[in-house]
Parts: sequence; structure tokens; C-alpha cells
Amino acid sequence: MATVKSAPVLALKGLKKRYSGKLVLDGISLSLAEHEVVCLIGASGSGKSTLLRCADLLEPIDAGQISLEGERVAFEDRNADATRRKLGIVFQGFNLFPHLTVLENVALAPRVALSLTQVAAERRAKELLRSLGLAEKAREYPDRLSGGQQQRVAIARALATEPKVLLLDEITSALDPVLVAEVLETLRSLALSGMTMLIATHEMAFAADVADRICYLEDGRLIEEGTPQKMFGAPRDPRTKEFLRRVRSISAPGTTRPVGTRAKRTVRAKR
Amino acid sequence: MATGSARKGLLVATLSTLVVAAFVAYTIGSSPAWPEVQKAFFNGRYFSTSLPAVAEAFTINVRLFILAELLILPIGLLIALARSITTPALAPIRIFATIFVDFFRGVPSILIIYVLGFGVPALQLDGVPKEPFFWALVTLVLIYSAYVSEVYRAGIESIHPSQERAARALGLTRVQALRYVVVPQAMRRVIPPLLNDFIGLQKDTALVSILGVVETFKQAQILKAASFNFTPLMTTALIFLIITIPMTRLVDRLAAKDRNAQLGGTR
Repeated sequence: MATVKSAPVLALKGLKKRYSGKLVLDGISLSLAEHEVVCLIGASGSGKSTLLRCADLLEPIDAGQISLEGERVAFEDRNADATRRKLGIVFQGFNLFPHLTVLENVALAPRVALSLTQVAAERRAKELLRSLGLAEKAREYPDRLSGGQQQRVAIARALATEPKVLLLDEITSALDPVLVAEVLETLRSLALSGMTMLIATHEMAFAADVADRICYLEDGRLIEEGTPQKMFGAPRDPRTKEFLRRVRSISAPGTTRPVGTRAKRTVRAKR
Repeated sequence: MATGSARKGLLVATLSTLVVAAFVAYTIGSSPAWPEVQKAFFNGRYFSTSLPAVAEAFTINVRLFILAELLILPIGLLIALARSITTPALAPIRIFATIFVDFFRGVPSILIIYVLGFGVPALQLDGVPKEPFFWALVTLVLIYSAYVSEVYRAGIESIHPSQERAARALGLTRVQALRYVVVPQAMRRVIPPLLNDFIGLQKDTALVSILGVVETFKQAQILKAASFNFTPLMTTALIFLIITIPMTRLVDRLAAKDRNAQLGGTR
């Protein structure tokens, strides 16, 4: 709210998306300022993944518009490939390339899509892998890595084109609880480094900790949005309340720490 | 105990095979005309006299299938990729590729060899070669490129769409995604069925004898006609088996390895 002046990095306006007649996104508007971290929460099927895939221009939308750094972009654009380089996405199922080593996975896009030399692309990939604590895995193939490591490689791969925004689609949902922690830690440090991120997640404690803003989605609509304090402390919409009540009833005690963990995040106040 | 039961299994398999083989041999050998048939088809003297000529003519077959295979590998891939084109403006290429495959898979090889091998040279066009070997090569390449393109296409389609999506999400174009992500993965899966088609190709090199190429089958026919004995044809069959059986075993082993890798590995 204090950052009225800076134009949004990514702006979605009135997005509608149908799958065989069924409205999956029903007029969602959402924008991300630079360095902002927004978490999407909501039940499975609420449209979180579809929203991210549409925002990444991986699927056409039926109505609405998408702007990246003030410019309108669309799936149908001739230069949609160039736009996708400015957006990074990480999927729930990792989707690493099994025939390439970890290093090659990360270096592929810089080399092929950004036309860097092999040496420059690998240097960039090595730096990224080192910063994510994966330097010693560079020569391994993905199937030799744990799920958490694979997902961190996928994050490194998405960062390799130096995207303006990182989209994350329930990236811890396919991991066992021990591995979830290492991936969330990676995201937390990315948030601290100022990365603009749109995160679909079921990890409420993490969302409360890392997000600047929480958006609750239901049936393809944005029901309510606000700061974590407001959303977890005093949600206004009855549907949000009901969703959070159900989430709390199934999660173990202590996993939801709604407010008060944000003191350390003042580091990021550079905007 | 496990090795014990394995040894017992081997013993039973060997015994039952021997019994069946002995029965078949006895049935054939005891037939009234067997001595005549043996003389006409399995004559040791004709075998040894036909072997050098038939084996030498086989080098033509080898040249034919090696050249054909080298051409088929890239052409088949191009046809497979042409069939996966989604850009509306390039639809004619896709349609042409589809018709090509339908036609060459649907018409008996021997007819295509006849029509192309005799028909095209008969047009007497300038600069169009007339050598039978050339047309034999062309027809085999056309027919088997159609088959091999289907093998490639099945391989490409067996790669999960999430792989292409991940590549596109990184900003790769569709062609780059195919080139760096989809096709390299498809290639590995495609090797066993590809070799299978090549076995068929190697046998089909005998078909081009109808164009007058003196390859091994034609050579055997010439010897047969001169001696009124069928043994030279059996010699040719033996030479084909020497090439194709090891290849068949190789295909089996690669396919088994592939299966294990898919069962054991992740995705």
C-alpha cells in the first residue's frame, strides 16, 4: 500500500479461463510490485495452478489481460517465448530433464534461449547451484537426487534466465515433510534477496512468514486479500474464515504461527 | 536353492526341446519323398559350390542396406517432425508427410519397387539415373522412412508433455524444446523398435532382385536355374540368418534393458 508509485512488475486484470466449458478462472485481478512476495492460498481446484500457468503464458486465456513491466503480453504473441524468459516457473512435479545433468539442466536455457556461450552459461549455472547449496551435485543426473534437491535444481533452472518474477506452483506438495523444510528455506532466502514471487502454497505457516500479501482463491475467484496479519488474524470474508478453520483443524498444533514472525524481514525494506 | 531350481528348469527346457526336435526330424525324415527333397534342397555339393558366388553377391545387399539405413535415420526423423507440426500456416507440410507415410506403409513393397524401379527410368528424363541399384536404394529408403518415421513419432509422443512445457516455460521455442529436450529423450526409447525395422529392411533387400540387381537372392536364382537344384537358395537363407539372428538378439536385450530401466528408475 505504501508503494503506490512503483508500477507493478506483473499485473493480471480480469483473467478468465475455461476448460471445456467450465470456468476455472473467473475474473481474477492481481498485481505484484517489485520485491513483493504474494502467496495464493485456497483448496485444490480453486484455480491457483491455472492462474500461474496463464500468468506464465503457458496457456491462452479467454478474457482479461496480462502486463509485464507495464507492457501487455499474451500467449498468442509472436515474442511470447521472449516473455517467458522474463518469467520463471517451478512446478509441483519438478519436471527436470532426466537426460541432462544438473548443471546442463540449469545451463540449457541461458545457452539456448539467451544465446550465451557454453562457458558463460555454465558459469552462471554453477553460481546459481552454489548459492542454492547444490554445487557438488552439478555432475549428477536428476534421478540420483532427493526430491528436495531436485526441486532446488528446478528453482535454480527457473532463475537461470534472470526472471523478473518467479512463479511457484505448490512446489513442496510432492515432498515428504523433512524435504519440505529445505525447499522452503531456499524460498525464504530468495524472498530476503528481493526476488518478486507469486507462490501457490498449502504451507500456511510459511505463507504467514514470508508473504507480504496473502490472496485467498475459491472457485476461480479472488475472495479476499491482505497482509498475513489481517488474513490469518482477522479475515473478514466468511469463506476465508471457513477455509482457514478447516486448514487449522487438520494441521498439527504449532505449525500455524500466524503473526509476529516478521521482525527479521525488515532486511528487505529496500523498496 | 534358487540356482538349483534354475538348473532344473534349464534341464527340462533342453530335454523338451530335444524331444520335439527329434520328433520333427523323424516325421520329415520318414516321409517317403524325403530323399528326393533332400537332394533338391539340401545338397552338400551344391552348397559348397554356390557359397562363394552367393556370399559375394551378398555384399551388394550389405551395401544396399547400410546406405539405406544411413539415409533413413535422418529422413524418417524429418518426416516424424513434419507430422508433429502444429503451426496452421505449415499445415501443407504436415498433410504431405501424413500422405507419404500412409502411402508407403499401405502399398506392398514389391509393387512400389516395380513401379518406381521400372516406371521412373522409363520416363527417360534427362539426368535421372537408370541404374537398378540406384532405384533399389530409393524405393527401400522411401518405404522404410515411412515405417521408421512412425517409430520416431511413437517415441516423441511417449515423452510426457510436462517435459515440453518445462522447456517452453524457460523460454525455449517449440523447435528448441524438441531439439534439446524431447527428441534426445525419445531417441533412447526408439533404438530397439528402430533396429527391428532395420531387420525387415535387410531381408527386403532381396526384393530388389526383380529390378535385375544381382544381389544374393538373384545370384542364387541364377545358380538354381543353371543346376536345377534349390540348394543355392538355402545358402542365401543361411547367410541372411547369420546377419539377422544376432541383430534380433541385440534388439531383445536392448528392449529388456529399457524395460528394467523404466521399472527401476524414476519417471
